[in-house]
Amino acid sequence: MPEDKGQFDVAYVAHLARLQLTDAEMTQFSAQLQNILAYVTKLNELDVSNVEPTAHAVPLTNVLRKDEARPSIERERVLANAPESARELFIMPKIVE
Amino acid sequence: MEYEAVIGLEVHVQLKTHSKMFCGCATAFGAEPNTLVCPVCLGYPGVLPVMNAEAVRKTILSGLMLGCEIARFSKWDRKNYFYPDMPKNYQISQYDLPLCKGGRVGKFGITRIHLEEDVAKSFHFAETSGVDFNRAGTPLMEIVSEPDMRSPEDAFAYLTALKEVLIGGGVSDCDMEKGQLRCDANVSVRPVGEKKFGEKVEIKNMNSISGVRRALAYEIQRQIAAVKRGETIVQETRRWDDDTSVTSVMRTKEHAHDYRYFPEPDLMPVEVSAAWLAEIRRAVPELPEAKRRRFVAHYGLPEYDAEVLVADASVAAYYEQAAAGSKNPKAISNWVMTELLAKFAENTIAPAQLAELVAAIDAGQISGKQGKEVFAEMFATGKNAAVIIQEKGLAQLSDAGALEGLVDQALAANPKSVADFKAGNAAAINFLKGQVIKLSKGKANPQLAGEILARKLQG
Ligand SMILES: [Zn+2]
Repeated sequence: MPEDKGQFDVAYVAHLARLQLTDAEMTQFSAQLQNILAYVTKLNELDVSNVEPTAHAVPLTNVLRKDEARPSIERERVLANAPESARELFIMPKIVE
Repeated sequence: MEYEAVIGLEVHVQLKTHSKMFCGCATAFGAEPNTLVCPVCLGYPGVLPVMNAEAVRKTILSGLMLGCEIARFSKWDRKNYFYPDMPKNYQISQYDLPLCKGGRVGKFGITRIHLEEDVAKSFHFAETSGVDFNRAGTPLMEIVSEPDMRSPEDAFAYLTALKEVLIGGGVSDCDMEKGQLRCDANVSVRPVGEKKFGEKVEIKNMNSISGVRRALAYEIQRQIAAVKRGETIVQETRRWDDDTSVTSVMRTKEHAHDYRYFPEPDLMPVEVSAAWLAEIRRAVPELPEAKRRRFVAHYGLPEYDAEVLVADASVAAYYEQAAAGSKNPKAISNWVMTELLAKFAENTIAPAQLAELVAAIDAGQISGKQGKEVFAEMFATGKNAAVIIQEKGLAQLSDAGALEGLVDQALAANPKSVADFKAGNAAAINFLKGQVIKLSKGKANPQLAGEILARKLQG
C-alpha cells in the first residue's frame, strides 16, 4: 500500500522499483531512508509561499528540433543487444496482464 | 429505479509527423519490425531526448481548434512503470502542466490535452512475447474528456466530431485500424437524479468508434444489472472483446499502477510566446461548427441542411462549388441531400453539372419532375443536363411567341370556357391552360402559359 506522508514503506517502494530485499536490508534501508527524509524535511522550514515552483534547474526553454527524419540504425546491430530475438523481434518471457 | 450512465473518454492520437517525438527515427506504419529505432527510442542509458517542434505545434493547433486554453508554460514528467513496451521503464509525458486545458467537442467538455511518447508494439506467442520498437517514441497526444457523456450514442458523437476536427486540421489521419486513434472509456452508473458519481470502471481495447459504442452499451447494462441485484461495482479495468461482445476484468484497484510522476530532467520546459501562438492560430482551418453557421448565413440554408452537408467535408466542398454561382443554393442543397448523398460514394456528377441542372429547372426549361428524370440520366451516363434535355426533347416550351400561337388555338377551340371565364368563373382558366399544355404535348411551361392566357382573356 502507498505510504503515509512522511513515512516510508520500504517494502512497497522496493516493489515499485522491482528490488528484492532481505529482511536485514529492509531494516537497514528503512533507517537510512528515514534519515534522508528527515534531512530533506528541513526544507519545509523555509517560507516559499512567494516563490514560483521551478520546472527545471537550468533556465532554458524551447530546446526543439526540426521535424526531419534521419536514418535509424541497422536491425542486426539493434538485435545484437537483445537477450534473445526471433522473427526480428525482441523476445522475452510471455507478458501476461 | 431508473439508472443513468456517466462516461468520460481518454483518446490517444498519433500525430502526423515525419520523425518521432524525441529522436530522428521516421514514423511509419507497417515498416519491417525494429528498423525504425535508435538508442534514444530503445531507451539506452545516457542518451538525450530532443523535442520535435512540429509535434508541439500540432498539439497546440489541436488545442486551438477545440477551444482549449493554451499553456504559456508547459513541462515534461516521467511516468514510471515496468512493462516491456517501454524500455526506459518510464514514459515521457506531461503531468501537472499540460500544453492545453479546457475546451469542447460539441456539447461535451475537454479536461486537458497533453503530449507524450507512444510505446512499442508487443506480440504474444505460446511461450514468449516479442516486441517491435518501431512505434515506440511516436508523438502521441492524449485528449481527456470531462465525464459529460450519458449514453453510448454521446460517446459515438464525441468521437466522430473529434476525429472530424483533427483530420480537418491535418493533425492526424485518425485511422483506428492503424492505431492512429485509440480510445479508453471510463463509465459508471448512478440512479437518475443522484449527483454523486458511481464507482468507475475503465474499459480498454476498443478498436473502432462503433466498437466503443457496443462496449459501452454492454458495460452500462452489466453495471445496471449488477446494481439492481444489490451488488457493488468495484473500481477496475476491463477489457472489451469485440468477437464475444463482452468486457472482462483485466486488473483490479489493488493492482492499479502507482506511477510516481516526477519532472523530466532531460527536457527543458516549453514556453509558448504570443507570437508563436498567433502563428499557429493562422493555421486553424474553418471548423465544422463555424462552417454550419456560415452555410446558414451565406446560403440561407435551414440548420438541418447545413448539418447534413457539413457532416462530410467532401460533401460540404462539393456543395460549395455547386452553389458558388447559383441563384438557388437551397435547391442545390435539396438535390445534394436527397438525390446525390445516397450515391455520393460512386458519384459521377460534377458540381458544375448539378448547378447546370438546377439552373435549367429555375429557368423553366424543364419541370422539377423532369429534372429528376434528367438527373437519373446524368448519373447513368455522365452527360450534361443540356445534352439530355436536347436528346430527350424534354425542353419546356418557354418561348412566348410559340406559346401565344397555342393559346390562340385553345381559345378558338373552346368558346364556351372563354364565355364562362368572362361571366366570372375564374376556374375556367385552368381548363384552358390544360388545353394549351395538351396542344404542346406536355411541354408548355405551365406558368408562362397561364400568364399569356390571363393576359388574352382579360385584354
Ligand atoms: Zn529513435
